[in-house]
Amino acid sequence: MADSKDNLTIHINESWCKGCGICIAFCPKKVLGFNENGKVTMLDRENCIKCGMCQMRCPDFAIFLGGKE
Amino acid sequence: MNHPLVEGFFRMDKFPHIWCPGCGHGIIMASIARAIEKIGLDKDKVCIVSGIGCSSRAPGYMDFNTLHTTHGRALAFATGVKLANPELEVIVIAGDGDLSAIGGNHLIHAARRNIGITTICFNNNIYGMTGGQYSPTTPTKEKGTTAPYGNIDKPFDITQLAIGAGATYAAKTTAYHVPQMDKLIETAIRHKGFSMVEAISICPTYYGRKNKKGSVVDMMTFLKDSFIDVKVAEKLPPEKKEGKFLMGEFINKAEPEYTEQYDQIIASQKK
Amino acid sequence: MAKKVKFLQGNEACVEGALMAGMTFYSGYPITPSTEIAELSAERLPRIGGKFIQMEDEIAGIAAAIGASLTGAKAMTATSGPGFSLKQENIGYAALTEIPVVIVNVQRGGPSTGLPTAPGQGDLMQAMWGTHGDHPVICLTPDSVRETFDLTIRAFNLAEKYRTPVILLTDEITGHMREKIEIPDASEVEIYNRIKPEPGSDYKAYKVVDGDIVPKMADFGSGFRYHVTGLMHDETGFPSNSTKNAGILMDRLMAKITDNLDDIITFEEIETADADYLIVAYGGTARTAKAAVKKLRAEGIKVGLFRPITVWPFPEAALYKLSEQVKDIIVAELNYGQMKLEVERVVKNNAPVRFCGKANGEVLTPEELIQKFKEVL
Repeated sequence: MADSKDNLTIHINESWCKGCGICIAFCPKKVLGFNENGKVTMLDRENCIKCGMCQMRCPDFAIFLGGKE
Repeated sequence: MNHPLVEGFFRMDKFPHIWCPGCGHGIIMASIARAIEKIGLDKDKVCIVSGIGCSSRAPGYMDFNTLHTTHGRALAFATGVKLANPELEVIVIAGDGDLSAIGGNHLIHAARRNIGITTICFNNNIYGMTGGQYSPTTPTKEKGTTAPYGNIDKPFDITQLAIGAGATYAAKTTAYHVPQMDKLIETAIRHKGFSMVEAISICPTYYGRKNKKGSVVDMMTFLKDSFIDVKVAEKLPPEKKEGKFLMGEFINKAEPEYTEQYDQIIASQKK
Repeated sequence: MAKKVKFLQGNEACVEGALMAGMTFYSGYPITPSTEIAELSAERLPRIGGKFIQMEDEIAGIAAAIGASLTGAKAMTATSGPGFSLKQENIGYAALTEIPVVIVNVQRGGPSTGLPTAPGQGDLMQAMWGTHGDHPVICLTPDSVRETFDLTIRAFNLAEKYRTPVILLTDEITGHMREKIEIPDASEVEIYNRIKPEPGSDYKAYKVVDGDIVPKMADFGSGFRYHVTGLMHDETGFPSNSTKNAGILMDRLMAKITDNLDDIITFEEIETADADYLIVAYGGTARTAKAAVKKLRAEGIKVGLFRPITVWPFPEAALYKLSEQVKDIIVAELNYGQMKLEVERVVKNNAPVRFCGKANGEVLTPEELIQKFKEVL
């Protein structure tokens, strides 16, 4: 499991993000925040535990765990 | 890269979807797709049926056989689809007004027949598409554009309604409790017979604003703090349950499924 | 093969016709005087592997039939006046989404609950204009048990060919009347099945291709994952707010009927060749008119009968032609003049249009029609 998570990272599709703030508020590690456009952005990639809760609670499919590019 | 769930189970070119910022419907729609993925259903054999309303726009985004019908009638159309071709996994997506007001008759009868259809109710306690009128699940005293002085109707508990009508699987969850929602929707789809998951959604734009429920995050926090699992609640003292709503699996029992029973009639009569 | 002769009610003949047409699904709700259609379908369908379901209401009755049709079934629902009112919204849905379905309306008397066991013809206009919005309609009206059999088959064929709801508008007279009919052998009956896309082919659910009249229709579950919506949509089937697309869709829906009138419209003419006077009647009332024509002819009066069999689209051209020849027209029907309006519209000032009708639950007798004929002409 740890191995598979190592290859994953948070991706953000800003054009689909509507800035509702759900992912930011309920991130257990508080690594997300708003950018200057009012959209979600990754503030602290190092401390992200890749739990995927942001993806699960995003109503807009704008944030997700995917392979590192 | 693309969102893997969208790539696998949605019509990518239709995104971003029409729902308002913070609307809980997208969360529930994603959960349905994850359940389908987990079960490993053949996309060609899944049929999603909806009526009219905000939630009923979901099938347009979902890459299956999708049918967007008339207001309230999704279960009636779905009954025809399922009976005519029981091989199809038929899932109905319906809002609270669609399912329990204009379509209430179809809900109780689909439940009574125990026909193999899974219904996912996106319950946001309001008519969102028409701009925030009170629905059969708007709590008493809350406001809608058609209840400017507070709603005097008593709300339906749609899960209990389905159980009363004979549903053999009924569960309730919320847009906050996504891991639980995934599990309940998966179980509901796997269930033989009529199954329903009532997913409490949030409507920040109309219900939230009209009733001063705060921000999107405030509304999600309310779901987080107000719902407790029915199994956990059994062990809690009464004071800890006060003002709380129950969620989780309320009924899960095996009874003969409608289309299978009809197939037995065919087998007995066919020459 | 020996001819199969049966003594049947119109309602029973409807089911026999539907089965011969390939009906595999029936959904409906009990209502007088159509219920025999549901009862016989319930008995017969499982024997051929088909499905019957009694739904919770009239709306669900047509909704389930439309749903079944999408999976490839030939589906029918039957009702009578009040139920026909309830089905209207979904008739419009089937029209816009182009899903074949046959709706039988065995007309009874009066508005509201009216006269449940008595005949009427008051649903003629509703068959055309009942659902909201402009939409294509095909409506057929039989005047005998045998013709009920034939027109039920034709209703399925037209529904499949034009991908549209087809209304079989019968009435309590033809529905409950018993006549001896010869059931043709299946090999003698022409059956039309909807055109489906080739498996694996490139498919746009609402695009007309290959010189077809309508888009090919894939069964749900056959590998074409497409979208069906009652919203205005483009060729892909997905909703479109574009007024241009809405216009294209509406034009195509209307044109598939208006461009094929010769194929869709049928009518009967009796003793019209030398007629000075014309009776226009349809359905059960046409039987009255046939008897009246016979008697009047025996008196030496040159009268003929024009009987629309397809009532929508209305057989305008044929009636217009006759109106140039006759001095007077009398329309006989069991309502307050619904077809009369249509006849007036069609014949313009070629001939005066008189009326003979009632809506009290009685049939019109030949004597009544003859008396009225002599009064007004």
